[in-house]
Amino acid sequence: MSVDRETVAKIASLARIQMDDASLDRLVPEFNNILAWVEQLGEVDTSGVEPMTAVIENHQRLRDDVVDADPLTGGGVRDKVLANAPAAEHGFFGVPKVIE
Amino acid sequence: MTDLTELGVKAIRDGVASGDFTAREVAESFNANVAAAQDALNAFIVATPEKALEAADAVDAARARGDTLGKLAGVPIGMKDLFATKGVQTTAASHILEGFVPEYESTVSANLWRAGAGMLGKLNLDQFAMGSSNETSYFGNVISPWRKEGSNAGLAPGGSSGGSSAAVAARLCPAATGTDTGGSIRQPAAFTGISGIKPTYGRCSRWGIVAFASSLDQAGPMVRDVTDCAIMLEAMAGFDPKDSTSLDLPVPEWEAGLDPDLRGKKVGIPREYRMDGTDAAILKSWDDGIAWLRDAGAEIVDVSLPHTKYALPAYYIVAPAEASSNLARYDGVRYGLRELPQGANLQEMYAATRAAGFGDEVKRRIMIGTYVLSAGFYDAYYNQAQRVRTLISNDFKAAFEQCDVILAPTTPTASFPLGDKVDDPLAMYLNDVFAVPASLAGLPAMSVPAGLNADGLPLGLQIIGRAFDEQGVLNAGLAIESRAGFDARPKRWW
Repeated sequence: MSVDRETVAKIASLARIQMDDASLDRLVPEFNNILAWVEQLGEVDTSGVEPMTAVIENHQRLRDDVVDADPLTGGGVRDKVLANAPAAEHGFFGVPKVIE
Repeated sequence: MTDLTELGVKAIRDGVASGDFTAREVAESFNANVAAAQDALNAFIVATPEKALEAADAVDAARARGDTLGKLAGVPIGMKDLFATKGVQTTAASHILEGFVPEYESTVSANLWRAGAGMLGKLNLDQFAMGSSNETSYFGNVISPWRKEGSNAGLAPGGSSGGSSAAVAARLCPAATGTDTGGSIRQPAAFTGISGIKPTYGRCSRWGIVAFASSLDQAGPMVRDVTDCAIMLEAMAGFDPKDSTSLDLPVPEWEAGLDPDLRGKKVGIPREYRMDGTDAAILKSWDDGIAWLRDAGAEIVDVSLPHTKYALPAYYIVAPAEASSNLARYDGVRYGLRELPQGANLQEMYAATRAAGFGDEVKRRIMIGTYVLSAGFYDAYYNQAQRVRTLISNDFKAAFEQCDVILAPTTPTASFPLGDKVDDPLAMYLNDVFAVPASLAGLPAMSVPAGLNADGLPLGLQIIGRAFDEQGVLNAGLAIESRAGFDARPKRWW
């Protein structure tokens, strides 16, 4: 199945990647080449085969339900969380206005 | 005094422990090599000579006090710039993370520092570990120290761990960390004549490693020989409650368990890996490997991995799908780059930031991933790929009923000139055709140098083992290493 320019533009929008006309023109044939190649997977009879969920058998662990069970991933580190934010203000992440 | 940069991990560790030289002397020697090669090879994004010296001084002081030294005491290493390092810029070779300085340390790097290693710097890589030639880095290509005989053309060091492979091959560091999602340790190791192992999925914690495809990503060592692989993997591995897929198992003593005697072992040769288009020199080195393992006492058996040809297309659905999800976090809000055009709203800011911050290959994979996960296509693409992944894993389980390890080439060709495949994504993806199946099945796999081709470029052999059997892989690797007699190295031109 091949995708058209409009579909690729829609995917770019879903992926939140701005794309100009030249980028779209370049990407459409690349995209179709890759899709045409992965479509050979359709040849494989997978009836009755479960999709892989865990590549190495493991069991799901739960951590102890206590505050700051691991100090590295616990709370109380607001300034560290914000340290790399491009526009932190007043202890919050800053973003452009989202409501009028 | 001998040139300390000629030494590998074991020799440095033992020499520091016995007082033949100090950890500081070692760090100074490697710092000098890093600085001297940077302009020519571009292996590092950031050099941290002061970190290497600081760790070395701590080791020398510990030794002077008579303290017990760690497994890597005095060994300076290169850290792939995909591992978060507290206080040192961590970029994943991307513009979007340029200037990102983590407030925390990845588990694997923390394990290495605890073992007495020091950091020479952060190594260049393909952007977000997506690539097989180290040509997608925002910080420029890494140039392989190897050259074809009679040519000065720049060659690919492999990818994505191309800074790691180039730095170890050029003696800028005795050891480097790598990560392997679909061959990113093994392929660059093969291209540069060094050894590297990707352990069983879950052996090394993924916590603090910039995520690409979480069900595939595994860290591992890239070093000069098999023994150094065992030593460094012991220091990197271990259970970590912060990674939900971390294996809650003790770390085996792989170094102590090294044994190249393969009597009683069976080595499987997968017939489907004999593919059209594989280089004659690669096939010849595969035959050499078979002869060496037979000489080591192993019985050689034919095995079949029938779904091999579907591994690469399945990988190029699963990995981009996971990447599109993992890379959603780069939004211009929490860390890294922000592009805010005049008058842009929040959605426009996201799109402008991601357009400016991601390279072409990263965008391509995010887009493919977004498409295969989108409504209406999820079952046909993503679920079908995950079903094929189950079949590939089952193929290996069946093969390992007949053999203990599998021997195959690491790559279909030796290294190629930079620029050769950069405009053809599918040709680039084919580099990993032999490496990806073990990744999809989560199995331990390593590459060891096997010889040179007619151009004087290194070729690697790959050993794939059962889940949890890194020891079997390392032992077969050692049997090859001791027979291949590989002592070639790039002639210094940098």
